[in-house]
Amino acid sequence: MKPFLRTMGAIVWKDLAAEWRSREMISGMLVFALLVVFIFNFALELSPATRSSVTAGVLWVTFAFAGTLGLNRSMAAEKDRGCLDGLLLAPVDRTALYFGKMLSNLVFMLAVAVIVMPVYSVLYTVNLMQPGLWAVVALGSLGYVSVGTLLASMAVQARTRDILLPILLFPVLIPLLVAAVKASSGFLQAIPMEEIWPWLNLMIVYDVVFISTAFMVFEAVVEE
Amino acid sequence: MIEVRRLVKRFGLKTVLRGVDFHVEQGEFVALLGPNGAGKTTFLRILASLARPTLGEVRINGYLLPQQAAAVRQRLGVVSHLPLLYGDLTAEENLRFYGRLYGLDGLDGRVSELLARVGLAERRRDLVRTFSRGMQQRLAIGRALIHQPDVLLLDEPHTGLDQDACEMLDTILRDVAAQGQTVVMTSHDLARAEDLATRFDVLSRGVIVASAAAQALPPEGLLSFYRQALRAPAQKGAA
Repeated sequence: MKPFLRTMGAIVWKDLAAEWRSREMISGMLVFALLVVFIFNFALELSPATRSSVTAGVLWVTFAFAGTLGLNRSMAAEKDRGCLDGLLLAPVDRTALYFGKMLSNLVFMLAVAVIVMPVYSVLYTVNLMQPGLWAVVALGSLGYVSVGTLLASMAVQARTRDILLPILLFPVLIPLLVAAVKASSGFLQAIPMEEIWPWLNLMIVYDVVFISTAFMVFEAVVEE
Repeated sequence: MIEVRRLVKRFGLKTVLRGVDFHVEQGEFVALLGPNGAGKTTFLRILASLARPTLGEVRINGYLLPQQAAAVRQRLGVVSHLPLLYGDLTAEENLRFYGRLYGLDGLDGRVSELLARVGLAERRRDLVRTFSRGMQQRLAIGRALIHQPDVLLLDEPHTGLDQDACEMLDTILRDVAAQGQTVVMTSHDLARAEDLATRFDVLSRGVIVASAAAQALPPEGLLSFYRQALRAPAQKGAA
């Protein structure tokens, strides 16, 4: 277990240190996310009655699109200078590499969410500062990066990786995004918790299924 | 020691390696030569456990690939024409990161020693993206040696380097060879290969068509041996 955790820790440290220096990924994701927020705000001109039901959709569309930028960039950084081979040459468990990359991507995704959410709160005049909503963001982000890291590892091998990743990712994300939008909307509209639980359960099951799937297939995905 | 028997590698319908037999003793420095498309990089990727053989047997220090890949990786260092380094980390951080992946303890001493060995001690805290191609390649050798491998695989390490950088790289490679590590290097630079290696194998159209120790080269030198080997690949490959 110790080598596994040490490998994971090394990958996360490396990704965070590299991103701290370049700020390429976070700044790209953030600018894109904020632009989407502003564009939807002006395009939809929501009435107070419909705002809380629509806002959740806007929130998750923003996260989903901004997230693909981050995932593409994260794996491209490994591939372009041959670093993916460098990782694969090391005598380490391949799933530790996956979990390391997944954790880094989760940190970046949550960092974007932490900055974007208050802006949402102001622009859409909704109270986003609810623990339940943050739990949905955490569960949704975890599911997103678990499947996203796996598919980005596949897409990065192709020349058309920038196009390929969203094409592969979004169909697989549909159950998660539907559940995340419904659960977020439930918290924003303050509907009873028993109506929100099924969506939360769906997100938990999705996360478990895709983390387990990635655990089993990642080695086959990254090796020739 | 490297032992390869009847190695075949196919990508779909295309056969890249067609039954390669290859043997390297501990401490040998073998230059693997051949024209573009001969299969050199594919062959090296299989030795490095980055690609799986379609058929045949590959053993490194007695460990079978790909079944015992983890044991092989612990004893193998690889340098390719790409640096396999992170541009946004410093030279020191890159070595430290790879050291952690190899499970090494007490990295401070080892990192300092390697940086001094490849002549980058004074640039240890500089980001790798600010390095010249030659400096990156020297650091790549440091990365490949971090875990003191028994076998070093080099895939066209001189590609894109200027004369001074090539000479500095050669000095490091001679130093590595002098310490008894087994080295297999692919190259198009026959003059450098002749200067460095103790044996020369020529790979053409997926088979080793000729092999000779440095002492057994014809008086005209490696170029003559290489041209002769490429002229009749089928007969020699069959033999």
